[in-house]
Amino acid sequence: MFEATLLNRRNKTTQKLFRMALGGMTGLLILPVILILGMLIWKGSSAISFEFLFTGPTQGMTAGGIFPALLGTVLLVVVALLASVPLGIAAAIYLSEYAPDNWFTRAINLAIINLAGVPSIVHALFGVGAFVIFFRFGTSILAASLTLAIMTLPVVIVATRESLQAVPLAFREACWNMGATRWQTIRRVVLPNAITGILTGVILEVSRTAGETAPIMFTGAAFFLPLLPQSVFDQTMALSLHLFVVSTQVPNMPENVPYGVALVLISMVLLMNSLSIALRMYLRGKKKW
Amino acid sequence: MSEVSARAAIADRPVKLGVAGLRIRYGGVTALESVSLDVHEHEIFGIIGPSNAGKTSFLKAINRMDMFDPGMQVEGQITFNGVDTHKVRNVYGLRRRIGVVFPLPVGLPLSVYDNVALSPRLGGLKDRAELDVIVERCLRRAALWDEVKDRLSSLGSMLSGGQQQRLTIARALSQDPELLMLDEFSIAVDPVTTMRIEDVLKELRSELTIVLVTNLVQQARRLADRTAFFLDGQCIEVGVTEDLFTGEVKDPRTRDYVEGRFG
Repeated sequence: MFEATLLNRRNKTTQKLFRMALGGMTGLLILPVILILGMLIWKGSSAISFEFLFTGPTQGMTAGGIFPALLGTVLLVVVALLASVPLGIAAAIYLSEYAPDNWFTRAINLAIINLAGVPSIVHALFGVGAFVIFFRFGTSILAASLTLAIMTLPVVIVATRESLQAVPLAFREACWNMGATRWQTIRRVVLPNAITGILTGVILEVSRTAGETAPIMFTGAAFFLPLLPQSVFDQTMALSLHLFVVSTQVPNMPENVPYGVALVLISMVLLMNSLSIALRMYLRGKKKW
Repeated sequence: MSEVSARAAIADRPVKLGVAGLRIRYGGVTALESVSLDVHEHEIFGIIGPSNAGKTSFLKAINRMDMFDPGMQVEGQITFNGVDTHKVRNVYGLRRRIGVVFPLPVGLPLSVYDNVALSPRLGGLKDRAELDVIVERCLRRAALWDEVKDRLSSLGSMLSGGQQQRLTIARALSQDPELLMLDEFSIAVDPVTTMRIEDVLKELRSELTIVLVTNLVQQARRLADRTAFFLDGQCIEVGVTEDLFTGEVKDPRTRDYVEGRFG
């Protein structure tokens, strides 16, 4: 009664084939991640120690630790987030909830997408022109962070806009019909339901900000500084630039140091990501539809 | 009460909602035109008609939802309590006097309690004890209290479809509306729940005015004092509901529709 016809059998074979092909592609995808992480741990873990993390570099950076760079990256990321997250979320809320759909709005949306496609070195030059020279911030944490913020703004805006638009229109209409203003609707119904998506955008931004080298090279990051920065108007060392320096610029560098720096950088990003993912899971557990 | 005096009683009551020469367009497409009718206080006013007749647009226009829909143009006059709704300064205040229930239940992803308390809170009420009273009263009136009283903190969007629809009604009642508009509320609701809601509506008639858009002609017959028939963007006829069903109609299309010959 349920014997397989030729067509059934062929469908089944095709199904198996595609399943294998698609699964194989996914496998290929994780391969580089595993290789990179494995390589870094294998070659770099011998460099990691308490001293490596919490002291400054000595003897022309071939010995000692990376604390100034580690602190610098954290500072750069934090200041960049402080600038770009409020700005990006505000812009996304306006674009998604208030702006009328006309050529001007569409032009702005297009500009945002294009901003994401601008090479980071171009952002660096913009940062030099705008923040270092025009606003007279000098080469400083502030100038570098603002450059990073501008560069990562599209990530925040696009992620926020998408997650706002994922909230069903029916929710908004229900709220409007109750006599709520747009803002009341956004605050009480739309934002609480979009928050997980917004956090995803911020996670992506953190990862990108921490890893970028070009935009900070001319705007605020230094090869080597004997002292820690005292304010946002000081220059700072940064992990990404430090990695470049110890890999290519310093002779007689012990082999495990660049790998150690890379391992710290990637762990830092992963740590921040996991924190945000944990927060997302907590929030998602609370809100559902 | 005899048929004649019932009709007289409705006509004697003040007009709650007056519509004159209403025309609704989306871009160049006319969704509804030449609608003129009066809804009196404490009546259930039915609107029947096939889909795409302009029924939902009619409700949207009353609640001034055209404000949120740039493509929607409303012409003509709609008065609420004698005031032109297009000249009302505070449209938010207008909407607070009108409760709306949608075809598909919209349980907001808030707790059951917060769903019902949302509207009073939007109005600025913060006192927990007062909110408790409103929430319980509205859930009772929507015939939902007994089913949810032990889980007021669980998510409203996780209730069953029928429960969510009663939650929506409770939410609409929480703002103490003078006018309740229901748009095909029984689409996503089982027959038993539909009957319970219909009983609720009959009770509510003594307190407020109801506009009931329905795709079930018999539902209009069961509930509505007077009924309007919308077809293809036009109001074909407004009459006492029983007249429409007993064949005393001005337009033959009305008779065809209520007898199920098309639509």
